[in-house]
Amino acid sequence: MRKAQHKDDAAAKLGMWLFLFTEMLLFGGLFLLYGVYLARYPQEFATAGHEMHRWFGAINTIILISSSLLAAMSVTAIRRNDSKTAVLLLVGTVACAAVFLMNKYLEWSAEISRGLYPGSPLLAQAPHGEPLFFSLYYLTVGLHGLHVLIGGSVLSVMAWRIRHGVITAGNCIWLENSTLFWHLVDLIWIFIFPLYYLVL
Amino acid sequence: MTNSEATTVQDERGFWKDTGKTGITSWIFSTDHKRIGFLYFYTVFSFFLVAVILGILMRIELMAPGRTIMGPQTYNALFTVHGVIMIFLFILPGFQGVFGNLLMPIQIGARDVAFPRLNLLSWWIYITGAATIITSLFTGSGPPDTGWTFYVPFSARTGTNVTLAVFGVFLIGMSAILTGLNFVTTIHRLRAEGMTWGRIPLFVWSVYATAWVQVLATPILGITLLLIIAERVLGAGLFDPGRGGDPLMYQHLFWIYSHPAVYIMILPAMGVISEIIPVFSRKPIFGYGMIAMSSLAIAAAGSLVWGHHMFTSGMSDLAVLVFSFLTFVVAIPSAIKVFNWVSTLYKGSISLEAPMLFALGFILLFSIGGLTGLILGSAATDIHVHDTQFVVGHFHYVIFGGSGFAFFGAMHYWFPKFFGRRYREKLALAAWILLFIGFNVMYFSMMVLGVEGMPRRYYDYLPEFHALNLTSTFGSWILFAGMVIMLVNLFHGLLRGEPVERNPWGGATLEWSIPTPPPTDNFVEEPVVTHGPYDFKGSGIP
Amino acid sequence: MSSITPEQHVVSYGKLAATWLALMALTVLTIWVSFQDLGIFRVWAALSIASLKSGLVIAIFMQMKYENRLLKWLLFLALATLAIFIGLTFVDVLYR
Repeated sequence: MRKAQHKDDAAAKLGMWLFLFTEMLLFGGLFLLYGVYLARYPQEFATAGHEMHRWFGAINTIILISSSLLAAMSVTAIRRNDSKTAVLLLVGTVACAAVFLMNKYLEWSAEISRGLYPGSPLLAQAPHGEPLFFSLYYLTVGLHGLHVLIGGSVLSVMAWRIRHGVITAGNCIWLENSTLFWHLVDLIWIFIFPLYYLVL
Repeated sequence: MTNSEATTVQDERGFWKDTGKTGITSWIFSTDHKRIGFLYFYTVFSFFLVAVILGILMRIELMAPGRTIMGPQTYNALFTVHGVIMIFLFILPGFQGVFGNLLMPIQIGARDVAFPRLNLLSWWIYITGAATIITSLFTGSGPPDTGWTFYVPFSARTGTNVTLAVFGVFLIGMSAILTGLNFVTTIHRLRAEGMTWGRIPLFVWSVYATAWVQVLATPILGITLLLIIAERVLGAGLFDPGRGGDPLMYQHLFWIYSHPAVYIMILPAMGVISEIIPVFSRKPIFGYGMIAMSSLAIAAAGSLVWGHHMFTSGMSDLAVLVFSFLTFVVAIPSAIKVFNWVSTLYKGSISLEAPMLFALGFILLFSIGGLTGLILGSAATDIHVHDTQFVVGHFHYVIFGGSGFAFFGAMHYWFPKFFGRRYREKLALAAWILLFIGFNVMYFSMMVLGVEGMPRRYYDYLPEFHALNLTSTFGSWILFAGMVIMLVNLFHGLLRGEPVERNPWGGATLEWSIPTPPPTDNFVEEPVVTHGPYDFKGSGIP
Repeated sequence: MSSITPEQHVVSYGKLAATWLALMALTVLTIWVSFQDLGIFRVWAALSIASLKSGLVIAIFMQMKYENRLLKWLLFLALATLAIFIGLTFVDVLYR
């Protein structure tokens, strides 16, 4: 009776890309603020930036890029009708996401224990730019971490769906779109890493 | 893949009685774009009526100097809530949610939008956001008193319930994003055979341009609102000058979204006018291509002018110059539209029925609104009228006289299509006359007051402003009377109106070629489009 | 209208792995650059490398290279919009 659900993968992909555009612009607002305050407080940003754990950032970069590779490979695997490998690769991706968040937790704990968090007494006495740096850092990385969490959960669901034969070689748009989201998470981090950990 | 058997024996009440399911769940869980359109209509219009009442109360307070019926804090809350409801709950989701949903798929010859379930989710997110905003009024320590713009540093410090309200607006923004990406995808992917880009109706063009603004501008609002919450909850200090933050950055981020948002409100309205004018002039539209392209041009140029809200804020002089120039650029595509509408009217056989009256009202009022916008857009004159009642008057000319009248016009134009009945033409005329007179009396007085120096957002004023304020309040009552008559007329038509055939106005767009009311699948057969949307001869309409 | 199911392009494991290697190399490069004394150019160098990396991710991992022209244009439109938002804001911030 009701209209047959048409299947239009190109539409699904277009819709997903439009959604990714909105995500880029969402983070774009935060990068805009970063740029403005960096231009205004270069010295203070440099001082604050030296407090960052460069190697934590580097390791997390490597983890995320690798997880992106695994996610992209899982699409290739499912297209080649190899769902077992696809599931394994996705499990690998999700494991990377978990390690990433674990690292984040350790890093934040270390920073918070040193009194570096928005509104801390230590930062209240620091020159103006420094608390701004840390506020932006926590907001940007926090929002990114939320995306890692969401992306990891979505990819777990996809792995489950592949296992149960819902996603197959001929019907894998959900997997493709989910990995697109995961690559976006990677993409944002590719900019966060140098801006917050390296350039200052 | 049509089940033609089922379609032909379908109840003649079309989509109103389709699946055999009844009750509220057949509406609130329906993925039919027409039902979702009506869900939006009932919700946004209810909010509209509430905000109208608030506006009337504000006008009563301003009837005389000093305290009339409320104190300053109540008045602050009132104009905040009036603005938030009118903008975020009515006009922003209104056109896309109601008429975009109801008509855009039919007009391109599709059975539904590209993602019907996502469409339903948009409405649910909208209604959740609306509920959050309403909750914020009655909980915590009082309704927000910041104005709909939530300017920092006040919004970061005031004790009222800003956090919850801002979160509600954030949800509304999410809903708009989902609607926008859904519509862009639909228009790209689901056009019927023969529905080329040169044949899609102008309303669809405007919906398309609007959907892009929703997709590209709304995320900036999202992050801005999250930052206010961060200011309030975490003490981030990003906009706090006391800690090195820059409040002007808030204004930038806010207007990067909120100026294009004005085009989310007005572009679909222009699309409605472009539909009504050719039908009631019995002439193909003049300059189809220019009108279509000017919608995109407005969307593009409109995204570059946000700084004109900040001329007096202490922004750099260079930026004032640049934004002032760009603001004048937006006037070009807007004027192109107006000239094309007027050229369509020229030598047409015009019939002054209700939709046409609203369309003509739109052209006049929008032109006044647009031209007064140039006074505000040029930095030198803006300094004098900044933050006065002039701005309030200008804004209402554009959004109420423009979008609002177009919304009413669209209601009258498509009413017979969806309800299969007619309202009374004479009552509609009476309502329109009252609306038009009341509107001008109310808002023109405000513009004069502004030029004389009365600031906006004050509950009290000097005695010399009394006469015009009283006039404005009288105007608001005339306007209100017109609105009541209009609603009574439409409601009466809904119940008792004379039944109509599928094409009462003689329109050539696809929605008039299908049964009235539209069947669930919109089209009995897969449509094949062979002529343009305003080719009355080609579609065999006398 | 184009066909409903787009031609499916399967990116080989080898190509993905090569992209990953390139991304790793660029990560090492950006860390190395950050230790050099380049003054203000450090920011631009880092941003250039990051743009290169994101270009690789978008083109290969996200398969933009194999998509139709429409999607490429729309991506350009979105990025251009963001660039304009940032650029016009700096017209204020830098000249205040």
